[in-house]
Amino acid sequence: MWDHEIKGMASVHAAIASSIFMATLVPAVIVEKFSVYGTHLVWVYSVAASVAVVNIAMFWLLGVGLVAKRNTLSYKVSRAIRSSLYFTLSCFFYHIIVILYGAPLLESALETFSLAVLLSTFTTLRCLCLLGPSVQAWIRVFSRDGAMSVWDTSLQITTACSVIGAWLGAFPIPLDWDRPWQVWPISCTMGATFGFLSGLVIAPFWIHWHRKQLTYKSK
Amino acid sequence: MKIRSSVFASLCLLFEICGIALFLRGFFPVPVKSSFTSKNKVSDLPAEPLTGNGPNMSNMPPPLFKRVVIVLIDGLREDFVFGTKGHHFMPYTRHLVERGSSLSFVAKARPPTVTMPRIKALMTGSIPGFIDVVVNLNSQALLEDNLIWQAKAAGKRIIFYGDDTWVRLFPKHFLEYDGTTSFFVSDYTEVDNNVTRHLDNTLKRDDWDMLILHYLGLDHIGHLSGPHSSLVGPKLIEMDNILKKIHASLITKETEESLPNLLVLCGDHGMSETGSHGGSSDPEVKTPLVLISPAFKRKTAMEKPDTVEQVDLAPTLALALGLPISQNSVGHLIPPVFHETSLRDQLRFLHLNGFQLSCLLKDSIPAYEKEEGYEQFHVAEKSHGNWMKLYLEGNASEILSNMGKKVLKQYLDALKAMSSALSRQLGKYDMYSMIVGMIFIFQVLLLLLLVMPEALSSAASVELPLGTALLSLPFYLLFLLCTSMHMLVCTSAESSCYLCGLPWSIALAIITVVSAALCLLVTMATQRLVPEGRPSSKSHNSSDAGGFSELDILLLMGTLGHVFSLAASSFIEEEHQTWYFLLNTLCLAVFQDVCRTYFRERKGPADELCYAPTREDTSLRKWLALLTPLLTLSCCRLLRSLNQTGVQWAHLPDLGHWLTSAEHKVALSLLSTASLALIFILVQHRCSLVSKIALALGLLGVYSYRAAVGNVQFPWQQDLRDLSKGTVEARFVYVFVLGILFSGVKDLLRSQVVTVDARLKSRGLWEVYSGLVLLASLLFRPHNLPVLSCSLLIQTAMRQFIWREQQYDAAQITIMHYWFGQAFFYFQGNSNNIATVDISAGFVGLETYVEAPAIFLTAFNTYTGPLLWACHLVCYLSSEYDRSMTAMAHGCYCFALLRSIPAAAYVILVTALRYHLFIWSVFSPKLLYEAMHTLVTTAVCLFFTVMDQNHSSKP
Ligand SMILES: [Zn+2]
Ligand SMILES: [Zn+2]
Repeated sequence: MWDHEIKGMASVHAAIASSIFMATLVPAVIVEKFSVYGTHLVWVYSVAASVAVVNIAMFWLLGVGLVAKRNTLSYKVSRAIRSSLYFTLSCFFYHIIVILYGAPLLESALETFSLAVLLSTFTTLRCLCLLGPSVQAWIRVFSRDGAMSVWDTSLQITTACSVIGAWLGAFPIPLDWDRPWQVWPISCTMGATFGFLSGLVIAPFWIHWHRKQLTYKSK
Repeated sequence: MKIRSSVFASLCLLFEICGIALFLRGFFPVPVKSSFTSKNKVSDLPAEPLTGNGPNMSNMPPPLFKRVVIVLIDGLREDFVFGTKGHHFMPYTRHLVERGSSLSFVAKARPPTVTMPRIKALMTGSIPGFIDVVVNLNSQALLEDNLIWQAKAAGKRIIFYGDDTWVRLFPKHFLEYDGTTSFFVSDYTEVDNNVTRHLDNTLKRDDWDMLILHYLGLDHIGHLSGPHSSLVGPKLIEMDNILKKIHASLITKETEESLPNLLVLCGDHGMSETGSHGGSSDPEVKTPLVLISPAFKRKTAMEKPDTVEQVDLAPTLALALGLPISQNSVGHLIPPVFHETSLRDQLRFLHLNGFQLSCLLKDSIPAYEKEEGYEQFHVAEKSHGNWMKLYLEGNASEILSNMGKKVLKQYLDALKAMSSALSRQLGKYDMYSMIVGMIFIFQVLLLLLLVMPEALSSAASVELPLGTALLSLPFYLLFLLCTSMHMLVCTSAESSCYLCGLPWSIALAIITVVSAALCLLVTMATQRLVPEGRPSSKSHNSSDAGGFSELDILLLMGTLGHVFSLAASSFIEEEHQTWYFLLNTLCLAVFQDVCRTYFRERKGPADELCYAPTREDTSLRKWLALLTPLLTLSCCRLLRSLNQTGVQWAHLPDLGHWLTSAEHKVALSLLSTASLALIFILVQHRCSLVSKIALALGLLGVYSYRAAVGNVQFPWQQDLRDLSKGTVEARFVYVFVLGILFSGVKDLLRSQVVTVDARLKSRGLWEVYSGLVLLASLLFRPHNLPVLSCSLLIQTAMRQFIWREQQYDAAQITIMHYWFGQAFFYFQGNSNNIATVDISAGFVGLETYVEAPAIFLTAFNTYTGPLLWACHLVCYLSSEYDRSMTAMAHGCYCFALLRSIPAAAYVILVTALRYHLFIWSVFSPKLLYEAMHTLVTTAVCLFFTVMDQNHSSKP
């Protein structure tokens, strides 16, 4: 049972990770003069969109890892509306946090907001897909010893990794190397993406190694 | 021997201060100086070299110029003359540069680009040591050999108008002088008018040979509003007109038979893009140097000016005026100035310059004979002699002039090589003192780390096996070993060491202390590391088993990460970013802790979000507790945009500049009123009634002081003519500061001696704290007052809702206070650059410069953030942790440890990076800041210890 779940999760993670690579490669063919640094916002939104599409397809439409309670259309619609509302709110939340960390208030607001959207995609969107738009469930998952399934643990790891990645990504900015990736917010988005990717890779292995210690309470 | 951990921490810090002082003494090289105390005389000059015997010349060649006028414009950047700004605003000067008979150069100043060292460099030709910046405020008479002294000795009459630093550096040298103080940096018209008003009269007269004018206005404009301010243009036009006037008058004075006159336009340093100076960026270092005289060839078009060193001006002027070059000058003459003289004279000038440099080289470099330049100079001297022989024989062929040109080139190469060898000499460090200082610092750090389990235990006392360490055989062996090492180092070293120059008794005392500490360290380490089944280590392990919380990890990683970040020069320049970043993360971590406390406990079905409140006020408290980290975050974001500091983003517009500009005076007045009111509200509630009244009057006094100085205004105050220094108002505030401090100290004494009353003691501490707050609000610039009120706001909110509720222990709270203190140090607008120290604070309430109070006030003003947070920590720990007696001792110990770790790491780093390109501009100022910070921390820890002693002696 363990191996089965971990394998399923690993394959989903592989799909998400490959979608990020695709999101980097495909625009390079389609869009003229595309480069990760030069047309950074295009890259950010293509990554965000592809991750979002894969996540929604995997978790919501295919129902991976989610125990659906009701399946009526009205319930689905209200869930979708609430989810998109939560997602927007989380974008603004991240935007405010980033500004509190010292991002310029008005100047390059679009860039800052893009970072917030990317972070929300890596964290909030996955929460919405796996846990649904319920704050209580989120609080449960993110409090100590709150994970109840493999998916909860994976969510914890990927979320923490993306946030820490973005956090670490801010460090090179003050260095006077004058590299193209030191421009705000490129290093942070890159950091978040690498953090997310490493979270995707780490999660199955970590769970595999710690499967003895992990004892999930039944729901 | 058992001592309390607070006492131990204070002792350690005192010991560390000695180590840092020793290290600093070794690190900052003493500037190149010849050992002769006398000054160069004409009679000492060498004779012209000549092979064979014949009538050679032993005196100087005749001077090139009759009169010289030096116009020194403070903060004149190279592009203000040679760039587009010069084209627009200095048309006359540009005309002279492009088409007149002039020579123009870019003179590179050496960092520190601060006025006084630069004046010294211009007039002595030597490169002042970095340590000269520290005494920049307190310039005393220049005893070194210098151009002004030489000119006066040669009977030249010198007139000086301008910055009174000159008058202090060269007392009794000037026939006539008028020094203007750079007291009010905000004044940029009056300082210059004070110079110009003498000009017409002086130019009419004929009774002078040298006129020096030092204009400060441009520099003040730079400090006020930067190099691109609209004020710069008119100021440059004013300077241009002055130059025009002087030049015209010099031309009319010239007659056919007399020598030509010389007009020198130069800057002491440039200004950075923010308008400050002190560092080593290109705009700060590059200054224009324009020499105007009919003796030079007329230019035909704008040429790109050559680059020379600022120190080259002194030997050039000395030779051109027929004076001996001052002894310590490391510059070499600027060849184009002498182009129009005969080849014989040119060679003679070069020979004199080379002779002076070779003397200095001989005196300051032990292995001078191996220096390339020294050899070159002797070769050149020999060929000069040969040339002279041919010349005196009346040979005037082509060969002779070609040969002469070859000698000239040899001389120039030799001069350049010697000059750069001497400049390099500045980078010599006294490694022996540095290593001993480092040993001191590391012993302290290791001691502090070794006793950590004991010091943070519930006993809060440290067992020092001093007796066993001192009576053991290894101690004596070590002592003998160290003594012999010392003797070996001192006898073998060719360069002078500070430690070797000390009297034997002091050296022996240092050796004793070092070896004793080493023995102590080894004894303690063996005790700790060899398991003896000691119960204390076991209990420590068991308490560790609970694991670190996220907050602990953050605090630990943050402290270590900051230490590692110091290795990069950019992270030192932008250290404020590190602290803001860490502080934000800390607030978020606290926020997460608060959320956990209030949301997690709820068991059962997850249908209700809200934590079921038992009483109304718990719910309110919960929301307030949740709000506190967010409030802190927004305060920090606000303060961050108040003062842009650092290097890379320092030029960005900030709220501080917006507020200080003249048209936003009303906003500034309102803001400072609100801040002062908030300060009063937050501070008063724990004071006695008398202190409350004193505080209120004091804060009113602060406002009226700022109104008197002209920073803010009263609503009824319409005309802005009647500005004063505000001495009366400031002294009025000082009276209340002293009163509140006195009443606090009185309470403290009473709490200890008369009645043992913890409440009285905590009130006394708070009164001391509020006295310091009042002093800080007097010294802070009005736009910085929100820093003070925000820090009080955060302290109050955290104290009420976070620290006790979350059950943070004393160590965690101490680290948080330390981080806040560091962040507030930068919120104030400080940076790791000397240029940001606000020296105007040293003049508040003083009529003239008085050394001791000025230094104290400036230091207090600079370190207000860390100091107030540390004082708040004392107040908090003594009031909230009354039950546990150890909180104070733990806090003090943690404070000492937090300071020792970065200090020790930084000392190592600086030693490793001592040949780094940025060592003088970035790493050395930071070293001074670190040393000063350690000194402040030591003072705080001593205060801690005294408070802790009172406390422990109670039962
Ligand atoms: Zn200056
Ligand atoms: Zn200045």
